[in-house]
Amino acid sequence: MNLEQTDFYTQAILSMAALVGLTSFLMLGQGRLLRLIFVFAVQGFLLTLTTVLAAYSLNNPHLYISALLTLVLKVIFIPWMLRREVLLMNTHRDVQALANKTVVMLGGASLMVFSYYVLHPIVQTTSPVMLNALAVSLSVVLLGMLLMISHRQAVAHVVGFMSIENGLFFAAIVATKGMPMVVELGVAFDVLVAAVLFGIFFLHIRTSIDSLDVDLLNKLNEVDK
Amino acid sequence: MIAVYLVLLIPLAGIVFFALGGHRADRGKLNVRFNAICLLATIWLAVNVLNQGTILSDNKAFLIDPFNVYLIVLTAFVGLTTSIFSGPYMAHEKDLGKLTDNRLKLYYSMYQGFMLAMYLVLTTNNMGIMWVAMEGATLATVMLVSLYRTPESIEAAWKYFILCGVGIAQALFGTILLYYAAMQIGDGESSLLWSVLYENASKLNPEILEIAFVFMLVGYGTKIGLVPLHNWLPDAHSEGPTPMSAVLSGLLLNDALYAVVRNKMLVDGASHSHIAGYLMMGFGLLSFLVGALFLHRQKDIKRLFSYSSIEHMGMMTFAFGIGGPMATFAALLHMTVHSLTKSAIFVTVGHASQLAGTQSIDKIRGLIKTQPKVGWGLLIGTLAIAGFPPFGVFTSEFLVLLATMHSYPWLAPLLLLGIGIAFAGLFRHIQPMVYGDKPEGQQPVKANLWPVIIHLGLVLWLGLAIPEFLANWFSQATLLISGSTPL
Repeated sequence: MNLEQTDFYTQAILSMAALVGLTSFLMLGQGRLLRLIFVFAVQGFLLTLTTVLAAYSLNNPHLYISALLTLVLKVIFIPWMLRREVLLMNTHRDVQALANKTVVMLGGASLMVFSYYVLHPIVQTTSPVMLNALAVSLSVVLLGMLLMISHRQAVAHVVGFMSIENGLFFAAIVATKGMPMVVELGVAFDVLVAAVLFGIFFLHIRTSIDSLDVDLLNKLNEVDK
Repeated sequence: MIAVYLVLLIPLAGIVFFALGGHRADRGKLNVRFNAICLLATIWLAVNVLNQGTILSDNKAFLIDPFNVYLIVLTAFVGLTTSIFSGPYMAHEKDLGKLTDNRLKLYYSMYQGFMLAMYLVLTTNNMGIMWVAMEGATLATVMLVSLYRTPESIEAAWKYFILCGVGIAQALFGTILLYYAAMQIGDGESSLLWSVLYENASKLNPEILEIAFVFMLVGYGTKIGLVPLHNWLPDAHSEGPTPMSAVLSGLLLNDALYAVVRNKMLVDGASHSHIAGYLMMGFGLLSFLVGALFLHRQKDIKRLFSYSSIEHMGMMTFAFGIGGPMATFAALLHMTVHSLTKSAIFVTVGHASQLAGTQSIDKIRGLIKTQPKVGWGLLIGTLAIAGFPPFGVFTSEFLVLLATMHSYPWLAPLLLLGIGIAFAGLFRHIQPMVYGDKPEGQQPVKANLWPVIIHLGLVLWLGLAIPEFLANWFSQATLLISGSTPL
């Protein structure tokens, strides 16, 4: 692949993919909740930019709507809600010591390699650019899962959950120029409802265990204690 | 076509009605009425399909074919009978002080919300909307799992939310890949429509579709409760209100399996490697065996039966995976009898635990002496689900076994072993609960057991003789899925 011969849009998409992947790694290694939320908002913003870029370059006006939805939901509403929650619980000063940061980061890197491996058959049908974009989206999805596994705070779980959605959205925009409009609206609706439900859940978890540390949610178990 | 819109509009009206309807005592009865009207609409729809064959709506948004139409009727039927049970049950829970009126309002509104999501999964022609509705079903039920607001129920709901949410995200990635494959052969918004995809399945790139199917299976498989993605299921079933467990087991799991089978049909059309079938067989068999083994060590009666659901869903997934006409026919039949039997069992379990005041298996004793109807209902229901003749579960399990012997004889011993283990696991717990002396002070509760009698009666009927129109229906669906008829 010769980068200089590709058009502006393809080059831009590639750099966006790299940046989105980078933000996922930043989140993975982040111990402070407020900074985690900030990086998440940055990822959402990159996603918005990508969508606008795609809408402009491909001349596809309905993508502007989904860009707007992403901006409102992922850059403004969800980060605001999470930030408020963190400040309310007064956990913003806590530094979450990640038990084995090196292992987690190495795991993240191998997930990325794994994504390339899984999606490699796609090269037959398309340019290597698409492989890059799709593999990065898949790795954002997988890194979101790893984030949920490695962090113990409920807030971090929500960030992981939503960053998985980001990865999916990125794939949809880059690979298929956005999903059909009804589907995109439906997905956005689901994300919105999920965000609201998370807010309600924080309230319930706080009142029931007086903390947002999900390790304390361990009553239901198959193993006898 | 009007029938489809009715089926979707009635529960939508129900959501709004219960959410805004203020405080009223007769909500249970109204819920029954909403579901009854919906059942009538689905029957009308079924008659239409029976007369005209597959219906595709004008804007191609909805597709009703023999495969989904019988699931739609089944959904409406189980939804109705469960709502008949849920009225008095929830009123009793409120009298016990476990619920406030506002939460009851939420409960009824979301009951209708769940039904709407289920109908949408089944009727839609768009694979993307199918995903949206599936996620919608999670969102509608997650607040119901934590309805009692105990720490355990909140934990169960959180687990359900996170696990199903993350799981189903994989299915969306699969859907995006599917769309990507479809765009290689034709552009436009219609490329995600199932009818279009199915027509052009042979032109789709098989390798992309196989990757997509892996993601779909993992994603929707989380909702089916396939091992190792099953952790949420026993928790959500045991901590939520019992009517919810009945509809989750009877409907949600079926519909998730429906989504997987729809995708399998596309993959089978595109590639001839049978990889989708092998994956489903592997996951299905694993779930079947693990579910059966875990039955033995349960302490909570609702967890017990949720593991039984995992076991049965595993068997259906396995049967769809085998893929021949007989296995497909058996799987369709098993879907029907399992959801009828399992929802009937959850109804009796609900009464049994109200009567004993606990869900702990060790403390529920002497059901037949306290309230014969509940005790016998539980015993007969368990006999049916364990696969005793002459119940319908026996017929379908027998057919699965026959199909396995025919195609993969070396797997048949594993199936038999699993059925035996599951049988032992259920009965070692059930026997002391139904027989024996009743504990002091245990009083009968007000119970409406008509749903149980009707369900078990139907299962018995299906076991003795499948009525002709139903057999015909199953054959048509089998023809659609596997390409040939069983008879």
